[in-house]
This record gives sequence, C-alpha cells and structure tokens, in this order.
Amino acid sequence: MTADAIIIGSGPGGSAAAEVLTRGGWSVVIMEKGRNHLLDPDDLTKPASDYSNDEIKFISRHFLGPDPLIEPRAFRVSADDGEHTHVGEVNSIPTTVGGGGVHADGKVPRFREEDFRLLSDYGPQEDSHVDDWPLEYDELEPYYAEVERAIGVSGDAAGNPFAAWRSGPYPMPPGAPMYGALLSSAAAERRGLHPYEAPTAANSIPYDGRPGCNNCGHCAFFGCPIHAKGDPVALLTKTFATGRAELMAETCVSRIRTVGRRATGVDYIGPDGVERSMDAKVIIVAGGAIETPRLLLMSGLEHPALGRHLMVHFQTIVVGHFADLRLHPYKGRSVTHVHDDAMVQDDASRAAAAEGGLPWIRGGLVEHAGGGHPAMEALHAPWGRQHVQAMRDSHLGDRMWVFIMQGEDLPYATNTVDLSPSIRDARGLPVARITYKPGHHEMVASKHHGKILQGVLEEMGADWTIHTSSPGVSYTGVESTPIPESRHVIGTARMGDDPATSVVDRWGRVHDLDNVVIADSSVFVTATGYGPTLTLVALAARAAHHLAGTSPT
Amino acid sequence: MPVWLTEPEYATLRAACSQLMPSDQGAPGAEEAGVADYIDILLGAFTFDPPRIWAGGPTSGRMGGDARFTHFHRLTRLDELAWRMRIEGSQGLPEREFNGPVVGLQERYRVGLAALGDDFITVDGTEQVRRMQSDQDFFALVWSHCCEGMYGAPEYGGNRNGVGWTLMGREGDVQPRGYTDAEVSGA
Repeated sequence: MTADAIIIGSGPGGSAAAEVLTRGGWSVVIMEKGRNHLLDPDDLTKPASDYSNDEIKFISRHFLGPDPLIEPRAFRVSADDGEHTHVGEVNSIPTTVGGGGVHADGKVPRFREEDFRLLSDYGPQEDSHVDDWPLEYDELEPYYAEVERAIGVSGDAAGNPFAAWRSGPYPMPPGAPMYGALLSSAAAERRGLHPYEAPTAANSIPYDGRPGCNNCGHCAFFGCPIHAKGDPVALLTKTFATGRAELMAETCVSRIRTVGRRATGVDYIGPDGVERSMDAKVIIVAGGAIETPRLLLMSGLEHPALGRHLMVHFQTIVVGHFADLRLHPYKGRSVTHVHDDAMVQDDASRAAAAEGGLPWIRGGLVEHAGGGHPAMEALHAPWGRQHVQAMRDSHLGDRMWVFIMQGEDLPYATNTVDLSPSIRDARGLPVARITYKPGHHEMVASKHHGKILQGVLEEMGADWTIHTSSPGVSYTGVESTPIPESRHVIGTARMGDDPATSVVDRWGRVHDLDNVVIADSSVFVTATGYGPTLTLVALAARAAHHLAGTSPT
Repeated sequence: MPVWLTEPEYATLRAACSQLMPSDQGAPGAEEAGVADYIDILLGAFTFDPPRIWAGGPTSGRMGGDARFTHFHRLTRLDELAWRMRIEGSQGLPEREFNGPVVGLQERYRVGLAALGDDFITVDGTEQVRRMQSDQDFFALVWSHCCEGMYGAPEYGGNRNGVGWTLMGREGDVQPRGYTDAEVSGA
C-alpha cells in the first residue's frame, strides 16, 4: 500500500500531525516501535484500560519502555571520555503508543514571545549557538489555541503576569490545588514571586468524552487509568475515528529510503522481527530529539547540525524538609503550581550574570512538587531497626517539598546525539549515544535561582533545605549522576531559514529532503525553560496544516 | 513452597530481608509482608502464564472497580527477551548477547545467597549483617527488591494485605476512588 504519509512515532508530535492530516483527508500509517497500551486494540477510537496506580509496573519494571536491556543508550560527558562511560537508560521518554505524553504529568505551558527571539532580545553567549527561531510567537498562537482545545488544557489565563498573550481562555478552569502547593505559593508570594496554577493537560471537569481527574496522584511516570490526561489519547482517538489511519505498533523504522532529494518510503522491522518496506508520499519523523536524529543518521542523512545542540533542561532541584507538616503530595496531580519569575530578568539576575562573567542568564519554569511513591521513598530510607519509624514519619515523602527549575540550557555544538560505534539494540541497530555537559551559563543560573528557591522554602517553614541539580555538579556538594534525569529532550535538528546552519525549514521540512518533515522537539532552536510538549504539538499541527493546505480551527 | 528458590535459599533470603526490614514492636516487617515471596516470584516469573511481570489495570478492586491487577499482561517477543535476559541472564545465547554477556537475577541471587553461608539463619543478627555487607552490590540488590516487595502492589507477591502501605498510613492504589478536592487541598 502507499499511504499519503507514514508517521514515525505516536507521541504528542506524531499524534498531532496524524490528527490534522486525517482531518484534512490524508491517509496515514503510524509506525510506533513500542507496544500499544493506550488504545483499545479492538477499537482504536477508544482508550484501553492497561494503566494503573502500580509503582512496580511503571517505575521499577519499564512497562512503558524502553527497556534498557533491549533498547539501551550510550552516554558520555564529553568526547574526551572515550566511546562511552555508561550504557543503559539515558533520558528515556516512553517507547509506547502515545510516547512521552503517556508518562508526563501534563504541564503544558506555552512559550513566551521572547523565547522565539533569544538572539535578538538577549544577544549571543560565548561558546553556544543562541539564535532566533524562524517564526514568532504570534504566528504560532492559533496553533497553540487549537491544540489546547484538542488535548484539553485546564488553567487560569489571568494567573501568570508574565504569560504571552492568548486569543482565548483555557478550555477548562484549573483543578484542585495541592495543599503543599498552596503553602509554597503563599511563601513565594511573600518573597515577591508570582506563582500560578499550572496549565495542565488533565481534565478538571469532564471534557471531550473523558472524565475529570480524580486526583489519584499517579501522573508523572504513570499512564492515566481513567484517561483524564488528554495528551495524546484525545489526538489519537480522533485520528482513528476518521477511518483514514492505521496503527502499526511494535514496528521499528530502521531506515528512510531516499532517491535524490525525495524519500520514497521506509524500511521497518515488525513485531515478528522481519524487515519489510512501505512506500509513502510524505514521511513525518516524530521520534523525539534523540530517536529522530538517530533514525536520520541511520538513513544516511548528513548535515553538520544534525544531532548537535542537544538540550535537556538543566534541572535545579531545591528540597525543603518540614518536620511539623504532613504535605501529602501523593494526593493530586503531581504539580499544580508553578512560577515563571526565574525566566524574567531583574536587577538581581543581571548582577548574578555579571558576576559570572555572562551577558545574561535565564532560569526556567519552577515546579512546586512533593515527594515520591512508597517503594521509591523506602529506597532512600534507612534499613534495619530505623526503617519502620522512618517510613511512618515519611520524611522523604510526606514532609518534603521540592522546587524543580527546568533550567534553560543553551545550544552547544558539543552536546550531541550520534550513533554508538559498538552498542546495538535487540534488533541489531546502532543505539543513540548522548554526549552532554552543562555549560557555564547553566551553573551560574542554577546557583542564583537555587538560593532564591531555598529562601522560599525557608519562608514556608523548612527546618532544612538542600540545593542539588540534574545532571549533578560539584558546587552543590550533593553527589549525583552526570546523566541528566530530565525527560525533556530538545534540539538536534534545529529549524531555520539557512540550510547551511539548520536541518529543517520553518515548516519542519528537512532542507535536503523535500518530503520529509520533523514533528517533534528536535526542531527547537533554543530550549527556553518551559516543558516542550505543547510547543512541539503546536509546531507539529502547524507543519501538518501546511502539508494539508488547511488552517487551524 | 518457594517458586524458584530452593528451600534453604528461601530461608536464607527470608532471614536477610528481616535484617533489612525487621518486625519490631508489633510493626510488620519483611516477614509479614512476604518480601521473600516477592523476590522468589520475580525470579520464577516465567513459571507462570502469563509471566508475573506486569499486573493488569486499571483497578485492583481494593478501592472499588474490578480486581484486574491479578490479570497479568502477556509479553511480546521483545518483552520476553528483555525479561528473560534480566532474570535468567544471557546464558551464552547469541540472541541475548548482542551487547555482551548479561548476568541474570537468578544467578546473582544463587551466588549471593550461597555466599551468606549455609549457617546464615543460625548465626546472630550482627553476624548476618556483617556477611550481608561484605558484598555491597548484592546488598543493594536485595534492598531494592525489599523496598518493592514491602511497598509495591500485593499482586506481585509482597506487601501482603497492604501491610507496607498501612504502616505508612497510605492507601496504595486508589482508583477508581481517587481523592476528593477537599482531601487534595486541605491539611
């Protein structure tokens, strides 16, 4: 068969492209290398019932994939480390139908106007490739609005004084605020910050045929058992309802076949392990900022910017302990409050930048969050006679509050994704090798904002606080791995108008291949400090509308 | 009757787990939770059909809904490859050694428990801890599995009757009830 489009990857980007294209009359085949636990296999217009509040299944046993034994990745901090220093799990976004949308806790902020013109508004930074995007916020706004309605976003349009303009309200009001977040928000306000209720792709009320969230507390790293999280189940069920889409799960594309400047189709390995081919008029690649460059490199695409400028968000993690409080962070939607202040320049941040020898620093969105699930908490509790009392007291779960700043990491040419020379996946394909080291800008920004966040936790009543980061760095005094824990993967196939310095054009089309479009966060020029999902979904919808000749509704 | 371990291995493991999570002054520990059973069932997961790897969803029945956790998922070809590699090791099979040999959990437990000594259950607690700490990798492995077996869903063989959750004052899985808005926002 020849579909109008083969879409590689069924996560938020691929799903958004599929929904727009099928609505526009295109036929699509969605190839997803992971399993289908999202949709009813007998009726893809309905969600499945495989997700659950099960820490063993989702946290310990790789239910959403990838399993690091059969799909490992290689990692090193820099090229000086040799071939790699680690093989296993690295920035592993789920390999499953629905991709990263399944495990995300659904915070979906928009970017702000200045995020698209960092070079013009802020200027260059030494050693990094800070640049403007080839589009402005105003151009993307109608697509933001369309996808917010499609996936269902709850939020308060008036809540964030720093927010970009928007053409309408959020589709739903915010859901129930978490107790700990009410306390941390009040403390943040007393310190002059501006917390607000996080825009969240989880229904606060019944919406679009899906129920309102019932606050079960299993958002981040879990699939939603009741499908109150709309991303991307809403997009995929709508796609299959058109009758113009086919899902091929457990199907790994091994190569995009090309002739000259055009792709003719793909080679893929199906569930039975046999390699086959399929033709299509257009190929849409939506594997994420690690798997997408991996596939393009396996396909023989050569471009000096391909695989470069990997960004993951340098996470500043500030923890406070509250001996006299029970914060019960396990009740509610993981994160209900955030603040943007660290993304906004003020005299203090300018002074910190100057002291660090930098022209400017930018932090990131700060999430107000709590502790982990029981087995995870136990792992960090003492063993032996002290164990039971430690778990009853729940110092690491119930009495801890955390700020996680998704710090903007700048695009460095030395932070890369390429093909491992020696490590293979179970299908025999070379795995992605990640080379990543945070830069001086990230350190200076983290130090500055980490201190502010420690002050907020003290204002909240913490009896002690610590400041750490992911990846770990020496200045915090807290040992942690150099492998980033973040699941935000960004860059590696940046967009731009100049084919010499960018991999794709302003519509996501690969400069060197006329009918190959990238529909994920690979195309981001800069990381900003906001979660990438809503923006990559909006960009994917925009690229698909451009292909189909349709407009956002 | 253990699923995969021998009776002596099972007894040694129970004693080791009880050092890590002792029963104390009426509080349940690894013994009451069946933590050794959790580990034994993991090691013998492929003696069940479907293998006891991933419990079903969306509800356990503890907070309403159907008891679906007991309906374990079937594994695909690659799922089975991954979990046989993890549990059984690569055993020299080329299809499991695409990145070199893999030592499985079964071998790690067999070797680790043997190293604790045939007399492990008869020596005093101080000596048991000394022997356990002589192999930090094995200690960390047992500890991580103890945490899962004490506080994970009971359908995996541990956390019997939810004793781990109860001691923490937690409900465990809460679907389809969830929490009310008042429970989320109140102290």
